[in-house]
Amino acid sequence: MSVLTRRTAPLRVPTRSIHMVERNVMAYRHNWIIILSGFFEPVLYLLGIGFGLGSLVPAVSTGGGHTVSYAMFVAPALMATSAMNGAVYESTSNFFYKLRYAKTFEAVIQTPVGVEDAAMGEVIWAVIRGCLYSIGFVVIMEALGLIASPWGGVLSVLAALLIGFAFAALGTAITTFMRQWQDHEIIQLALQPMFLFSATFFPITIYPPLLQAFVAITPLYRSIHLIRGLTTGQVDASLLVDVLYLVLLGLVGVVVASLRLRRRLLK
Amino acid sequence: MALMAGTLHVVEYNVLVFRRIWRGSIAVSFFTPLFFLAAMGVGLGGLVNRSSGGVNGVPYLDFLAPGLIAAACVQTAAIEAMYPILARIMWDKTYEAALATPVTISDLIRGEVVWITIRMFIVAAMFWLVMYLFGVGHSLASLLAIPASILTGLAFATPIIAFTATRRNDNGFAAINRFVIIPLYLLGGTFFPIAKLPLALQVLAWATPLAHGVALARGVVLGNVSASDAALHAAVPLAYFAAGLIIARALLMKRLAK
Amino acid sequence: MSDSNSLILARQLTKRFGDLTAVDTIDFEVAKGEAFGFLGPNGAGKTSTMRMIGGVSPVTSGLLTIFGLDPARHGPTIRARLGVVPQADTLDLELTVRENLMIYSRYFDLSWREGARRADELLEFVQLKERSKDKVDELSGGMKRRLTIARALINSPELLLLDEPTTGLDPQARHLVWDRLYRLKQRGVTLVLTTHYMDEAEQLCDRLVVMDKARIAAEGSPRELIDRYSTREVLELRFPIDEQPALDGNLNDLAERIEVLPDRVLLYTGDGDEAIAAVHRRGLRPETALVRRSTLEDVFLRLTGRSLID
Repeated sequence: MSVLTRRTAPLRVPTRSIHMVERNVMAYRHNWIIILSGFFEPVLYLLGIGFGLGSLVPAVSTGGGHTVSYAMFVAPALMATSAMNGAVYESTSNFFYKLRYAKTFEAVIQTPVGVEDAAMGEVIWAVIRGCLYSIGFVVIMEALGLIASPWGGVLSVLAALLIGFAFAALGTAITTFMRQWQDHEIIQLALQPMFLFSATFFPITIYPPLLQAFVAITPLYRSIHLIRGLTTGQVDASLLVDVLYLVLLGLVGVVVASLRLRRRLLK
Repeated sequence: MALMAGTLHVVEYNVLVFRRIWRGSIAVSFFTPLFFLAAMGVGLGGLVNRSSGGVNGVPYLDFLAPGLIAAACVQTAAIEAMYPILARIMWDKTYEAALATPVTISDLIRGEVVWITIRMFIVAAMFWLVMYLFGVGHSLASLLAIPASILTGLAFATPIIAFTATRRNDNGFAAINRFVIIPLYLLGGTFFPIAKLPLALQVLAWATPLAHGVALARGVVLGNVSASDAALHAAVPLAYFAAGLIIARALLMKRLAK
Repeated sequence: MSDSNSLILARQLTKRFGDLTAVDTIDFEVAKGEAFGFLGPNGAGKTSTMRMIGGVSPVTSGLLTIFGLDPARHGPTIRARLGVVPQADTLDLELTVRENLMIYSRYFDLSWREGARRADELLEFVQLKERSKDKVDELSGGMKRRLTIARALINSPELLLLDEPTTGLDPQARHLVWDRLYRLKQRGVTLVLTTHYMDEAEQLCDRLVVMDKARIAAEGSPRELIDRYSTREVLELRFPIDEQPALDGNLNDLAERIEVLPDRVLLYTGDGDEAIAAVHRRGLRPETALVRRSTLEDVFLRLTGRSLID
């Protein structure tokens, strides 16, 4: 029997999602060290991958005759990946933990806060966390001279917000299909090849044309392409495509997540 | 014989648990190196080889692959030494139940170490196989990369078990991952030579077992390490492993004795 | 047939999970200000009914209104006036005792200041003030339940739903909870609770329905139910194990009704002492003989042939 009988109301606009965010802020106040230590990572990756590998690869061509240092090439990719990882982690592991074990949502849905608010709230929270890390990343990139244009930094943070939103929505939607802890390892398994092959460490031109076309429609590549364009100062219409792509991905994710959450919680 | 029995039971327990997930685990152990070597070894490697002629003349793929085997074993060891063991101490109370039988704490540790070794062997062997398929390490000596990598992993396993024995929740694990495992992974000589790091970090890197494990694995695969250097590289992880074992035993005893 | 004074109205209310019918065409009404109970064993359908009233479980068929509103269309409005104490503790383990109340007040769109004020007041009410800053998992079962009750009151609800409120608590904790609930009742809060404890039903409820196997078997106040379905007194006799079957038929005319249980024989009569005398006159020698008043347990036994606690 379908859950969407005439007895069930249609999806509401989530006006109370802010309360879920408040709840998460409250809970993390006890764990702020974990958040702070998260800033350690960008430095590490930039050093290791950016400059370490950079010592082996002096320059990379980014198309159209432009070349940049390897660090400048890789840094935006790491930033996009970091935004993705943060959002995915929050919306899968953390969210699943709450759903399955902590029964946090069972209490919440007894109040005027509804299922739609819970889903949206979780996504917003994931985005906020991602945003914090992105700002840290940009600050460090600026300090290391890896951002070409003056507006590149600010726009990259906004781009990272969008990336976080898209992946958080996607992650939340996928989590609602998970039954047990091991399922989220499948997500990690899918992320790994995506991370390796999305023109993160080398330009997409290394691939044969058919493969290039395939990679070009994957979400991480679009995210990397967006931020790389912004930080290297190569701004053109293709960045708009990236933005539209991510917005669409995010909306689909939120809708799917809400519908699934409703089915799961309102039995 | 009695010495082995207790240890064996711990291993058996692990096998039982593993039986449910082994298929996925083997698949991961195959595809992860496949992806890594393809992307980093060939993709990035092409870039490196074109720009600087490889690493000190060695093609990047050949330079990278052996180090990745050691790194993979370290990651396997770290994961196995953290959550499952904490679960057995705290949540499932498996150890408590086991200690009510003739099994001793030494058995528990030995059993877990044996099991972690088995897991690492699967990971290392699969990785070596993929490396071979990519055309690297076509020599008998290169097989030594497997025990070299396992040893590297063990050097992390026992100290981490010791750490786990003191935990009341899993907060510390994220910290270990973030401040130890990942930094070493990135800067420990796997992806680029340690010599490229600033001097202070070089010293730090060589103090850890990973740098030596990677050097050893790389050495036997490329065939460019002397016996005395190899011995030195093996000694460091061995020392970490032994020290970790002693400390782990003491801490576990303190934790589980009532 | 709807009474404008009914807070909850249910007609032919049904809940199905696939092939399983958890609640089967039940009718009931809860008036404002009363303490209403669902009494029945585990699996009777009480929790499913509560979840429908609370708006977290969609109704399969039938009519259900709370405050005159349809939970499917006016969920948030209803829930804003409701307080729920669920069967399993759903406290937030990552927050402290006080924070649990604070964040709950936010879910009801109360201001932080108002939430803080109410939180402190409620912690006082359930006697958890000294534990305000503790993490939830440090509390005992009874304390967690009290905290859940405090939480359910944060929005000053008109209607409080409690699903098995004292299950798993020790006697002292139970009495504390009952006391608090009684005070709430005095303040005019309508209580709806489910329980499988007859003493709880008798103590707290003005009216109750007896539920068994998804249906309502009887309805009325505890007193009415006992009068209707049982006698004033019950004589409990225990015989040596092998002697009991031989009694079949021997005791029949000594009481209005007789229930033969695996370990006892119950004689339902208006006068227990007279019945004991009659038993002795028959020449029967029970190991123990106990006269007690009828309880809801006896009502349930009469209605369903089973005991409340299985």
